[in-house]
Amino acid sequence: MNETTVQLNDKTARTHILQDLQHQAAIASKVYVQRDYNSGTICKFQTKFPSELESRVDKQQFEETMQTLNNLYAEAEKIGGKSYLEGCLACMTAYTIFLCMETHYEKVLKKIARFIKEQNEKIYAPLGLLLTDPIERGLRVVEITIFEDRSIGFGR
Amino acid sequence: TCNGHSYIMKNCEYQQIDARALGTPASSFQPCTEMKVPRLRRKWEVFPGKNRFYCDGRIILARQSGILPLTLGLIVVTSVLFFAFDCPFLVTHLTVCIPVIGGVLFLFVVISLLQTSLTDPGILPRALPDEAADIEKQIYTSGSSMYRPPPRTKEILINQQVVKLKYCFTCKMFRPPRTSHCSLCDNCVERFDHHCPWVGNCVGKRNYRFFYSFIVSLSFHTSFIFGCVVTHLTLRSQGGNGLVQAVQESPLVICFFSIWSVLGLSGFHTYLVASNLTTNEDIKGSWSSKRGAEDSGNPYTYNSIFINCCATLCGPMPPSLIDRRGFLPPDDIPPVAAADLELSSFLAKNDTNMVGMPSSGHTS
Repeated sequence: MNETTVQLNDKTARTHILQDLQHQAAIASKVYVQRDYNSGTICKFQTKFPSELESRVDKQQFEETMQTLNNLYAEAEKIGGKSYLEGCLACMTAYTIFLCMETHYEKVLKKIARFIKEQNEKIYAPLGLLLTDPIERGLRVVEITIFEDRSIGFGR
Repeated sequence: TCNGHSYIMKNCEYQQIDARALGTPASSFQPCTEMKVPRLRRKWEVFPGKNRFYCDGRIILARQSGILPLTLGLIVVTSVLFFAFDCPFLVTHLTVCIPVIGGVLFLFVVISLLQTSLTDPGILPRALPDEAADIEKQIYTSGSSMYRPPPRTKEILINQQVVKLKYCFTCKMFRPPRTSHCSLCDNCVERFDHHCPWVGNCVGKRNYRFFYSFIVSLSFHTSFIFGCVVTHLTLRSQGGNGLVQAVQESPLVICFFSIWSVLGLSGFHTYLVASNLTTNEDIKGSWSSKRGAEDSGNPYTYNSIFINCCATLCGPMPPSLIDRRGFLPPDDIPPVAAADLELSSFLAKNDTNMVGMPSSGHTS
C-alpha cells in the first residue's frame, strides 16, 4: 500500500496493490506540510504537528520523522569543503562533469527517498498513512495521504 | 475476464499513485474493444509553461529563443575570422600559443552558453489541484486579528528581516523567497535573476553559475581577440602593408563594440555575486537602505565576499524539480464494469473534492 515508485509495466507490483486495496478499499484525504522559510531559502519543512493527524500517529514520532528529513536536506545543501571541491572541479571542466557524474545533492535525494520508503513501510502504512517524497511535489510540501477504510473495523 | 481484471488493476494503480498525477484533464473512455496498452507519456509533454523540449525531454529551451542564434552566430563568426585571418600571421610572428588559448576560450564560451540556454533555470512545478485547494483554505481561514496583511501575501521573518511572500495566481502557490514568475516563460523560477534574451532562457538558481562563467569567459575571449587583432594590425602596419585591407579582414569592429558591454555586465554580475543579490532584487531595490528608517539589509548574505561567491558559484548543484522525463500514469481509463463503478466515479471527480469527503464507517 506504500508504493511510491510503481513500475507500471510490472504485473506483480500491480497484483500486490490490487490485493492490498481489496482488503481496504479506502477514501483518501490529504494533509500538506508546508516549507519553513525562517532560515532562508534552504529546504526545510515545518515540524508543527498537523491537527488532522492527531488521531492517527504519535506526535513525537511525526516530529522526529520531519526533523530527520530536514537534517537530510540540510546535508544535501550544505556548503562546505566537499561542495566547494565539487563546484571548482565542475567549473574547471566547464561544468561538463555534471553530465557524467552524480552530484552530492542527487546522492542525498536518493537517501531521502529510501528513508521515506522505510518510514512508510515501518511506521505510517500500518496506521493508514502515506508520506509522499517532497521531490515529487517540487520540494514545496510534504503530502500526507490519509486512508480511511470504508470496510468495518478499521479506523483507529 | 482477464482484461477486465487488468483494467481494475490499472484503476487501482491510478488511485494509488494519484499523487503523481499532474492534474491532467479527466480521462476519456475508450471502447471496450481497444485492448492495447497505451503509450506512456512523459511529463514534459504536458508541461504547462512556455517551454520547448528536445531529445525526449533532456533539453529544455524557452519558447521564445530570443536572439540566441544571433549570439551564437556573432561568437562563432568573430572567432572563425580571428582564426582564419589573424592566427596565421601571429603564429609566424609571435607564438603558437595564440590559437591554442583562443581555441580553449572559444570552447569555454560556447559550452557555457549552451549550458545556460539548455538547462532548467530552477523552474518550480505548479501546485497540484488539491494542494492549491489546501492553500486556498488556509488563506481564508487564517488571518491574525491584529494586522491583517492584504490577501495573497504572507509575511515571514528571515534573519530578522521581514520578507513578503506573494501568491502566484498562475502556479497556485506562495512563491518561496527570491522566486519570481517569468511572464515570458510562464514559470516561477527560483532565485530569479532575469530573463536573458541573448541566451534565450531565464537565469535562475540552477543556471546562474553557467551564465556567470559564460559572460566572464566571453569577456576574456573578446579581450583576447581584441588584443591579438590590435597586435596584428600594429605589426602589419609596421611592415607597410595595406592597412585598410587588414581592417576589413579583422573582427575588430565586432569586438570593439561588444567588449564594453560584456565587460560591464561581467563587472555588474561580479558585484551581485559578491553581495549575494539577484538582478531582480537589485533593480527593485529590495534591500536598499532607502526604505524607511529600518535597517533593511540583504538577509541572504553571508557578510563575507568570499563565502558569498563560493555559495553562489561553487555551492551544491540543486536538482531539476520538474522531472521532465518522468512518466505520467496511464490516463485513459476504459469504460466501467459494475464492480469498478465507485472507483471510476471517484477518479473522474476533481481531486479537490477529496478533502471534504464524508467518512462513513469511520470510528475513532
